[in-house]
Amino acid sequence: MTVTQGVTVSVEGCAKTFADGTRALEPVTLDVARGETIVFLGPSGCGKTTLLRIVAGLERPDAGGRVLFNGTDVTGVTIEHRNVGMVFQSYALFPNMNVAKNIGYGLRIRGVGRAEREARVAELVALTGIEGLEQRRIDQLSGGQRQRVALARAVAARPSVLLLDEPLTALDAALRERLRWELDRLLRALGITTIYVTHDQAEAMALGDRVVVMRKGGIAQIGTPRDIYFAPANRFVAEFVGAANLVEASATNGTLMLPGGRLAIADSSAAGAVVAMIRPEAFQVIAAEGAALSGHVERVSFVGDRQRLTVSGAAGRPLMIDASNALEVQIGERIGLTVDPRAVRVLSGERQ
Amino acid sequence: MTPMRDRLIFTGQLAFTLAVAAFLIVPALLSMVAGVTTNYFRGVRSGFTLQWVMQVWELYADTIARSFAVALVTLAVTLVVGVPAAYALHVRGGRLSRTIEEIITLPLAIPGLAIALALLLSYGGFSDFRRSWLFIVAGHVVFTLPFMVRSVMAIFGAIDVKTLDESASSLGASPCRRFLDVIVPNARPGILAGSLMVVTLSLGEFNLTWMLHTPLTKTLPVGLADSYASMRLEVASAYTLVFFVMIIPLLVAMQMFADRSDREGARR
Repeated sequence: MTVTQGVTVSVEGCAKTFADGTRALEPVTLDVARGETIVFLGPSGCGKTTLLRIVAGLERPDAGGRVLFNGTDVTGVTIEHRNVGMVFQSYALFPNMNVAKNIGYGLRIRGVGRAEREARVAELVALTGIEGLEQRRIDQLSGGQRQRVALARAVAARPSVLLLDEPLTALDAALRERLRWELDRLLRALGITTIYVTHDQAEAMALGDRVVVMRKGGIAQIGTPRDIYFAPANRFVAEFVGAANLVEASATNGTLMLPGGRLAIADSSAAGAVVAMIRPEAFQVIAAEGAALSGHVERVSFVGDRQRLTVSGAAGRPLMIDASNALEVQIGERIGLTVDPRAVRVLSGERQ
Repeated sequence: MTPMRDRLIFTGQLAFTLAVAAFLIVPALLSMVAGVTTNYFRGVRSGFTLQWVMQVWELYADTIARSFAVALVTLAVTLVVGVPAAYALHVRGGRLSRTIEEIITLPLAIPGLAIALALLLSYGGFSDFRRSWLFIVAGHVVFTLPFMVRSVMAIFGAIDVKTLDESASSLGASPCRRFLDVIVPNARPGILAGSLMVVTLSLGEFNLTWMLHTPLTKTLPVGLADSYASMRLEVASAYTLVFFVMIIPLLVAMQMFADRSDREGARR
């Protein structure tokens, strides 16, 4: 059962210039719906953490910027009065308290009675699957356990909004994958308004109802994971989210003219010199004979579940193509390529 | 390793040990033995006595009590001022914080006599203050504060106190609650090390204190100098003995705390 809780969060024209004059964030406007999980995705230095800290109340936006919870202006409210829950990249668990005391700290601050506090802690311990660790010291926990304690602590006092700053980055890859699913389950179960910051696009896709792709202190695109993957607004989003082939070609009457042949596109309005994006997995390898588009296999990189081919001669630059791992292909072989016209995305306003 | 080098290293270590024994342990022991010898010039054959220790106690008990009072009040002031100062300096960071830190540390480089002189010039006119033992406390605080601030800041540097503070604030804790619930408990090893250092330094401080004291506000080391100058040798030695008896447990405790925080540091 999902109980939607939390508030709507609005960010209005929030910019951030640090004391040394560094502009960390251009004016950003953004609305987060109640119960929604929104992910700020971008490379380091793109301003995603600064924006999260502004929502949290750890940074103040430059004059003119406002943060609203449920329509109420909280810009001047300090973090301790915003009723947020926050998970830090380093977890920042209190080494002087055991697991149960860490989780119960926010409740203790709010003056919740002992019995009620213990009941809530037990509930969260069960929810995050850390039974038996309640009396442990923080330095006796593994990375994954710390992450769970940090999450339990952040949500214990039923915050209006949950803020997570790269909560999985400190973990190794296998654990990260597992905890991602677990985190997704928890966020759905909690139904709380959540803002999640990450530089990992797979994490963003898996967790976000919507993803805000950020670049150089501004928003490059906001959309559902499918939107930003299949219909990136620009070259940056296309290349940052997943792998992408960016193909320069001239378009006429729903066809892209390429050095190695032609490709049908769904977007018949495109004309002249354009930049089109095609995901590696959108290609299908067919026989070279009679194919509308063909090229030479330059490299084959077998990664187990698939193989990535580098094909030259088809487009201006070599194409990355994900082919089935069963396909037998030799270097130097000429292959034909076909793509569903809808999978070719013409990027507007992009020139080489 | 060649046997030749082994022998060289062994000889070097032996020489060092003997030098430490000759210049540190032997004089200290001799001095303490002298304090319980009936007549130093006739040597231990004259027999042992506690009369000199008793005499020291009668003559200088007040300096001992005063020294402890000064040390404890100095400790209290350095705790109340130094720990929040270290916290503020660490969290704020930047050039201003570094400058302030350097200014606080300055008394380490300036001779105690110069600090004492400066204090006398500035506040000697407030005669009630100047005559009270609190005047000595003021000097000791100036002298010991950097040790407290430094040792607490070292801990703050090791535990990412800024993020701990932010996470406590996100859970609703006011600045005061965060300081008491999270900052102080996690800085405890540094606070303990700093405290022991402050107490030890304050008890043994002579330089500054000698300038600042009045005949009615002598501390233990000043009394020691006084007894060396005016009493028979056995009394002065007995005084040394009393001083050792008081200071050594503190030094041992300091070492133990240092070891423990090292171990805790290694576990993190």
